[in-house]
Amino acid sequence: MRGPLLFSDIDTPGLASLEGYRRGGGYATLAAVVGKKPADECIEIVKQSGLRGRGGAGFPTGLKWSFVPKNSPRARYIVCNADESEPGTFKDRELMEKNPHLLIEGMVLAGYAIGSNTGYIYLRGEFEYIQRILDRAIDETRAAGLSGANVAGSGFRFDLHTHLGAGAYICGEETALLSSLEGFRGQPRLKPPFPAVEGLYACPTLVNNVETLMNVPHILNHGAAWFRQWGTEKSPGTKILSVSGPVKRPGNYEVPLGMPLSQLIDDLCGGMRDGMKVKAVIPGGSSVPLLPASLLDTGLDFESMNAAGTFLGSGGVIVIDEGTCMVDALWNITRFYEHESCGKCTPCREGTYWMSEVLRRLEHGEGRADDLDLLADLADNILGKSFCALGDAAAMPVQGALLHFRDEFEHHVTHRSCLVNRRRDGLSVVRPCEQAHA
Amino acid sequence: MSATRSLVAALSSDLLQPLRISDATRAEIEKSLTRYPNRRSAVMPVLWALQLEIGWLPPAALRYAASVVELPESEVFGIATFYTMFNLRPVGRHHLQVCMTLSCSLMGADRLFRHLEKKLGIGHGETTPDGRFSLRRVECLAACGGAPCLQVNFDYHENLDEAKVDRLLETLE
Repeated sequence: MRGPLLFSDIDTPGLASLEGYRRGGGYATLAAVVGKKPADECIEIVKQSGLRGRGGAGFPTGLKWSFVPKNSPRARYIVCNADESEPGTFKDRELMEKNPHLLIEGMVLAGYAIGSNTGYIYLRGEFEYIQRILDRAIDETRAAGLSGANVAGSGFRFDLHTHLGAGAYICGEETALLSSLEGFRGQPRLKPPFPAVEGLYACPTLVNNVETLMNVPHILNHGAAWFRQWGTEKSPGTKILSVSGPVKRPGNYEVPLGMPLSQLIDDLCGGMRDGMKVKAVIPGGSSVPLLPASLLDTGLDFESMNAAGTFLGSGGVIVIDEGTCMVDALWNITRFYEHESCGKCTPCREGTYWMSEVLRRLEHGEGRADDLDLLADLADNILGKSFCALGDAAAMPVQGALLHFRDEFEHHVTHRSCLVNRRRDGLSVVRPCEQAHA
Repeated sequence: MSATRSLVAALSSDLLQPLRISDATRAEIEKSLTRYPNRRSAVMPVLWALQLEIGWLPPAALRYAASVVELPESEVFGIATFYTMFNLRPVGRHHLQVCMTLSCSLMGADRLFRHLEKKLGIGHGETTPDGRFSLRRVECLAACGGAPCLQVNFDYHENLDEAKVDRLLETLE
């Protein structure tokens, strides 16, 4: 067993087929709930469970469900955010590839709870093979009467479709995702109105992440108290953490929320590769501020991470070793946001370009005396000043790196060279930092 | 081939040849229209269906997509240019998309990319003269646990190094 909940059966052969999924008890919850348990009760159970969104923001899922108006004359939609584009995150890919029916069951149940008859799964373009897996699974459920015109003989209608993106990080932002699904350029919209009130086609829309929806059948099956046996009071349940970087065993790990970060890295991942030491960890995808090695005992849950000045985010744990130059790493992160800024809001579009340019010259030994203040000023002028969180996501890593590793940045300015002697056993990575001063 | 020459070649071939679409692709496009309450929403699936058949999106394909979803051509062009995976120029049979984002970079992506540039004699956004390979730097592919990684068209290849990528290239005709 790779994990207590979503990973308990993930490697079972044949799980991706309807037959295999049913063998493990799949769709029993759907049959017991749809048309039998009142929809309000389902929402209440999810609320009681304390499940929080697994896509990054950690918003209480049951509360989000309850925001969808019940008496709207308009259609209601449910959209699964399967764009998984936060750097460092690769959990939804494995979940959908190996257990597509759990997602489908979760979506039908969520659709039933909020009174929606249509669902869309928005996949990032690179996941074309997962679209084929999901389409096949959806066809199986339609043929078996588990989705479509009459779900499990209850009279409840639920049609489910997949939609393939085409390469745009911003489409992981829920309003940009909806724009994209409607056939527009994937640019975010101002909130409020929130999607729950005015989302897809200006109709009430519930947007949930893959992992969030996959928890739903388990919660409705076993109840809120059962779910709370894992995790902390404010972050119940488990979380799948995607670990990358030079650890011995990178990969996806399902752990109870609250586990110390050091336990994940040292025990589950087997520690660092030989001869390497942790310098910093980005705990929740590249959008969140990094934690220096001194804070590795921080718990992997929403509230502990906030107290340590960062976020659990999407659970993309990127481990950075001591041989890595933070200027170089930050330049890499910032280039990503520069590339992915959709261009709608000036602070983000221009700010990410200039942060990237300042980091480029620092990295190449062309830094100026006031560049660190300029970087901090640029970050400050992006943070909270754009429609969506992409700008914030670009600014926060800059602030975090300057806070914890200012000496490295200063060294680049004053000595026009790198403080980190870049010797990486076994990898012998040559990156611009070395080239610039060779 | 220089970018200008490939563009000129692409445009002239587009002008000379009317768009030919297989029945399977037409059926796929018709099917995609049934999934949404309006035609506009089908613009991405229609573009995907065309690109999967043709390999890229020549102007005639964009015109055709615009007629299907009943939008101005300029609007469809605007949508196609927003998304990095829609190819507005021809690409090779094997499109090597190398992830350069942090996790892959920490594990040697930059070195891998330089190796590919040298080996294939082409840079970012270019195609080998025989049309076999195109090379691109891309952002995070959601395969960080298998860094460094790349996608050949839609196929993932993970935990790469120079030797493994050399063996991979040999298998791609």
